[in-house]
Amino acid sequence: MAKRIAKIAIFTALAMIFSYIEAIIPFNFGIPGVKIGIANIVIVIALYKFGVKETVGISFIRIFLIGLLFGNIVSLIYSFSGAALSLIGMIICKRLKLSIVGVSAIGGVLHNIGQLTAAAVILQSTAITYYFPVLLISGLVTGLLIGAVSMQINKALIKLKI
Amino acid sequence: MNRRDFVAIGIIIILSTLGFLFFNLNRSDGEKVKISVGSKTYGTYSLSENNEIKVKTDSGFNTVIIESGSVFIKDADCRDKYCVNQGKIKNGSIICLPHRLVVEIEKDDSSIDAVAR
Repeated sequence: MAKRIAKIAIFTALAMIFSYIEAIIPFNFGIPGVKIGIANIVIVIALYKFGVKETVGISFIRIFLIGLLFGNIVSLIYSFSGAALSLIGMIICKRLKLSIVGVSAIGGVLHNIGQLTAAAVILQSTAITYYFPVLLISGLVTGLLIGAVSMQINKALIKLKI
Repeated sequence: MNRRDFVAIGIIIILSTLGFLFFNLNRSDGEKVKISVGSKTYGTYSLSENNEIKVKTDSGFNTVIIESGSVFIKDADCRDKYCVNQGKIKNGSIICLPHRLVVEIEKDDSSIDAVAR
């Protein structure tokens, strides 16, 4: 049990470090709001390694702490709505027996949709919905990328019995 | 990856294609520039008249320029400057998320009525 808690803590710390790396070295594609989201590698692997409760815990603790350290209330709202929708979608897709790559792709897409919805609510305007198709595709691409990396890391972790 | 993955990816691609089609077919040129902050309309301006509007809100300022039938944001004190980088538009909208500012090009409803009459 103590070992398991230690592992979950390490995963949370790793997710925070990834968020920090992405904040200081933004992988900018010239499209506002589009980023790779390398912290999601940790979240996807946690979903397969630990389970639903632990993953939700890691994700929300990470967002809360990163928000406290580097963000503000508004950025917290975006992160929470993106992560919540993404987690719900990934949990459902995992139950529907999608592979880790498919689960991650859905996670990427829903993360963007969650943030776009939060933006529409904050703006009090539907003008931003024209951005929806762009974010669907970018979420798909980054989600597939994160999924492919997660699959390899997950295999390696199993081999190493971690 | 299995068959279910490809079904999911297919659905996403179809949805985004439909989205692209929907927004591009609905995107018509307009004559009016509507600036709103949050749920409040800040002002409506003619697209054909050159204009410089300094929008001041609690969160900061955005300088909106209307020039020869297009709109752009010349300067703003927001953090990301996405609104400035978006450049000139002749249709659609420019959004500054940190300032909750939306600049939209819209059809002038009164002129439609005049034609219809």
